[in-house]
Amino acid sequence: MTLKTETPDNKPKAIILRTAGTNCDYETRYALEKAGADVDLVHVNQLVKDKGLLGSYHIFVLPGGFTYGDDIAAGKVLANQLRHHLLDELTRFVDDGKLVIGICNGFQVLIKMGLLPGINGTQPSSNEYRQEFTLTYNDSNKFEDRWVYLKSFSDKSVFIDKDCLLYVPIAHAEGKFVAGDGGELENLGKSGQIIFKYVDKDGNIANYPWNPNGSLDNIAGICDSTGRVLGMMPHPERYIEPTQHPRWTREGLKAEGDGIAIFRNAVNYVKEKMWQKRP
Amino acid sequence: MEKRIEVFTKANFPDAIGNEVASEIANIGITSVDEIRTVQVYLIDGELSKDEIKRICSELLIDGLTQDYACINGSSEQPADIQAGHRDNTVYTIEVTRKRGVMDPVESTVIKGIRDLGMSARSVKTAKRFLVAGSLSIEQVEAIADKVLANKIIEDVFINKDNLFYEDKNEAIEYVFHRHTLEILNADDEQLLSISQEGQLYLSLEEMKAVQKYFTTLGRNPTDVELETIAQTWSEHCMHKTFRGMIDCDGELIDNLLANTVMKATSELDKSWCVSVFKDNAGIIEFDENYNICFKVETHNHPSAIEPYGGANTGIGGVIRDTLGTGLGAKPILNTDVFCFGPLDIGQEMIPEGVLHPKRIFKGVVGGVRDYGNRMGIPTANGSIFFDERYTSNPIVYCGNVGLISRDKCEKKSHEGDLILLVGGRTGRDGIHGATFSSVELTHQSEVVSGGAVQIGDPIMEKKVTDALMKALDRSLYNNITDCGAGGLSSAVGEMGEELGAVVDLEKVPLKYDGLSYSEIWISEAQERMVLSVPPENMEEIREVFQREDVEATFIGEFTGDKRLRLRYKGEDVADIEMEFLHDGLPRIIRKAVWRSPSHEEPDIKVKKDYGEDLKKVLSSWNVCSKEWVIRQYDHEVQGGSVLKPLQGVDNDGPGDACIIRPVLSSGKGIIVSNGMNPKYGDIDPYHMAASAIDEALRQIISVGGNLEMVALLDNFSWGNTDKPVCLGGLVRAAKACYDMAIYYETPFISGKDSLNNEFKSGDKTISIPPTLLISAIGVMPDVTRAISMDVKSPDNLIYILGMTKDELGGSHYYDIHGFKGNSVPKVDREVGKKTMDLLANATGKGLVRSCHDCSEGGLAVAAAEMSFAGGYGIELDLSRVPVETGVDRDDIILFSESNSRFIVEVQPEKQKEFEETISGIPYGCMGKVLDNDVFTIQSQGGKNVISEKISDLKEAWQATLRL
Repeated sequence: MTLKTETPDNKPKAIILRTAGTNCDYETRYALEKAGADVDLVHVNQLVKDKGLLGSYHIFVLPGGFTYGDDIAAGKVLANQLRHHLLDELTRFVDDGKLVIGICNGFQVLIKMGLLPGINGTQPSSNEYRQEFTLTYNDSNKFEDRWVYLKSFSDKSVFIDKDCLLYVPIAHAEGKFVAGDGGELENLGKSGQIIFKYVDKDGNIANYPWNPNGSLDNIAGICDSTGRVLGMMPHPERYIEPTQHPRWTREGLKAEGDGIAIFRNAVNYVKEKMWQKRP
Repeated sequence: MEKRIEVFTKANFPDAIGNEVASEIANIGITSVDEIRTVQVYLIDGELSKDEIKRICSELLIDGLTQDYACINGSSEQPADIQAGHRDNTVYTIEVTRKRGVMDPVESTVIKGIRDLGMSARSVKTAKRFLVAGSLSIEQVEAIADKVLANKIIEDVFINKDNLFYEDKNEAIEYVFHRHTLEILNADDEQLLSISQEGQLYLSLEEMKAVQKYFTTLGRNPTDVELETIAQTWSEHCMHKTFRGMIDCDGELIDNLLANTVMKATSELDKSWCVSVFKDNAGIIEFDENYNICFKVETHNHPSAIEPYGGANTGIGGVIRDTLGTGLGAKPILNTDVFCFGPLDIGQEMIPEGVLHPKRIFKGVVGGVRDYGNRMGIPTANGSIFFDERYTSNPIVYCGNVGLISRDKCEKKSHEGDLILLVGGRTGRDGIHGATFSSVELTHQSEVVSGGAVQIGDPIMEKKVTDALMKALDRSLYNNITDCGAGGLSSAVGEMGEELGAVVDLEKVPLKYDGLSYSEIWISEAQERMVLSVPPENMEEIREVFQREDVEATFIGEFTGDKRLRLRYKGEDVADIEMEFLHDGLPRIIRKAVWRSPSHEEPDIKVKKDYGEDLKKVLSSWNVCSKEWVIRQYDHEVQGGSVLKPLQGVDNDGPGDACIIRPVLSSGKGIIVSNGMNPKYGDIDPYHMAASAIDEALRQIISVGGNLEMVALLDNFSWGNTDKPVCLGGLVRAAKACYDMAIYYETPFISGKDSLNNEFKSGDKTISIPPTLLISAIGVMPDVTRAISMDVKSPDNLIYILGMTKDELGGSHYYDIHGFKGNSVPKVDREVGKKTMDLLANATGKGLVRSCHDCSEGGLAVAAAEMSFAGGYGIELDLSRVPVETGVDRDDIILFSESNSRFIVEVQPEKQKEFEETISGIPYGCMGKVLDNDVFTIQSQGGKNVISEKISDLKEAWQATLRL
């Protein structure tokens, strides 16, 4: 794979990480391209071999799927691999002001490797491993595919503004957000890192099936202390085209799907915030 | 010394698996279980220090928030004490581990994870330990183990044994080469048959004699692997001897039933958009200027009966490989699945010895398809489930896959000198015909390597193979490809080398474990393998492509050009036969078929004033009820292409007819996939069953906004024992209906499969499945924004019925709830049916239709009720407006008859005139309208309400049955 050299005229460059059991790469790529990014799909083996590669991108994407079969626990094995082989590169990537998004399995990976939530601004080092939150089995004990309403409760993330209501699907078995008992959740709320919560169609906090997995405090997505790393269980890349909506035959076709906002915000952030800084 | 690590959920977190298991135990009638906790066990072998083990546990194996672990270093230390709180009760432990040879992919993942931590482990073995608290007898504990926790076909169970260490798991058992030949040159008939039987070759006497004659000309006896190869090539599964053989059907001699019916329709129709039919792993039709699409459906019945999860796993995994091996390779884009089970509420006393309860089969099969499809990232968006007592001991599992293939990658051909490349999973004793191996003995040195006849699939391996293959495909690195399915390498290499000849060095095949003979290597049906034909100059490049994706790829031989099949093991010749004999040497025999119409008792059902209860009964019947519990467990929108999902309506839970996907997201073109099946009609007449199944599959294509211009069909016959003339007679009738319908509707068949001999012997009783023909339809939709869902959209819209309602309640669900079958099976009036579909397609194409639902199982009343509660609005209908055949005067016939070629359609009042003009010429009636309330009302022909129900009550009846 050959990479184009970066100039501000170019489109922001996104890298979708691939490994055994990655899926959702096709539609994630489509969403990013539609939002204006230049996208490469890169296998983790290649990234580990050529560590400098990561630096040529602006948006790092961990897509959905079942990496390594979700053996042991969802996202665990890739999280372990990234922590031990690419942690420095990823930390530098974030420190450089670049963006990271993990969707579904990607969120599970970010949480389990500790890149999220990074509450005190410190990124995890490979020596001290701590995990303050986790994503575990749904209360229903099974995989579920259903559409959910999300509301953004903070303006900390560069991926979404506050008070947006999004309709997107979830498709997972291990998406219940759980916190440790040392006040982690409170801190997360205080620092504005709780980005998405599951709500009903009017935007109110509600129980199953609105909260599809029993997540603590209805949490569907969180960001890190910089606002540049986002993890979320629902799949925004599955609602880009208006015909993806489950009721478009009733409600009519919208101009575009709700999910595009997240990718477009990311692309625009790179163009407006990162590239402006450079002469 | 191996370390035993036990991982368990902390006491303050719910144990998801434990809770699930607890409810399963309650289902089998054991109610005295207080709690179940599960323990994941890892036995790790390697030179690892205490600190290293601690890191492996805390960083890799547990989720520190919700889980804890215990490491047991030898028999002196105690295992995880998680019995707190149950001190007063007895706590039983049940440990379940996979039998030797049945691989758990988790084991290699853990080894990989340990490597990422900078350490190394020699081997990892997994087990599950269940701690069951409650007042239980040991018999009850054994029942829990047997009926809920483990399947002894693939797993070993240890009850109440603490501190288990399994030793010698990796002791290599060396295979000592010995060329095995069988004396057949001088064998008499009896000896020939006994060779066939003892070798589990399933070759008939005529076939054995043909083999004998061939080897007589060679002047030598065959080796075991030669006989195996012939048996595999000539098997019903691979050769379709019944369908392609000679049949004497009531005096009519049919030479090749398939060629004279299903395939004949295709060649006579000669559609230019049919790219490849009946020759590749799947049929191919055109899609757009860049791509074609391929479609294949397979059966996987017997393995699913024995080990439902693994059977369904390998079923879906196998059909996905068909897609990968179509042309030079297609991208899998959609799964379909259709299952037939015994009723889930059938009493345990009705289950024959050795048969799993339908509920267990159902959950296992659904889980198997779910886990494989979801992990592969392929949406499962179409399917159905059918229930009948006769499927109790012989369930039917159909798995289908649609693929997207570049137009220039649809042809393939091996060249002389091409190398044979085997990619994907390793080879073990998986699926070797019925061979049984004893299981590992606890803590004893075992000398016997066991292998499961049924294998658990490894979807991640298949996903890796898919990813790597797509890269090799892009670079045009190979000339030919096929999947390793039934018959293993024997089938794959045999097929690819049919015209060239091939030589294979069997010792090169990578093995899961040592000890396999050359013959076992050749016929193993290990999953997740593909065979490629690679020009020698691409050898290094293609090897590198697979290596980069962590997929093993091994060159095992060459396509030679000598038209012989030659096998070697470490330089020794073990097989050398001509391809021509292998593929054309099968003797043809004539099978007898007769057809006699059965006669069933005609019901005498009293006329009623209110059919509300009957409607609810039909809605809640197993076949009609909501399948949401299943559908939601499938990822039906991964890849982002879903346009019309399986669940529709205001609450996303109404039953859609067909699914529509958009395989190329930047294009507005779509694919419609549907299925039709009704075995209940087959009991009356397989001809009309087949015709109805085709009509139903096509109705669904039309219902969602498609048309018949570019629709292809697939046939999948699952039948009883066709050695019985009446059974074969039914098959002939069904095949003839396929021809008649396909020709008239101009919908060619492009692929198909048959599974015969689906019967179960219990003592002196034989239970045969009903004739079960699945028709799958696939159509191309030029503009997906024309799609129509089945839920009613807004009050005051008009409700039409299209098509003629006849006295056709034979085999209907209405008769079924009254305990009858009857004889008046629904027939297809092809002329009216085709015209109805074409005109309705015009109307949907013009945007005149707001919703449309196929009128099928349960008839008009069920279809209209589903539209009503899916849309969240009431409907009022008047039966006197329904076009009926002369003489139909009973309300229940109009409500519940399952006459074919009918649709219920919602039209806005302002479009009434244009709609009626568009459909002019077919029977139709404007029978009512959508209401701004929540009541579903139907008036009798005489003007009185015969049904008046709240839609929430109807929906509840429909949903409650399968809310597990």
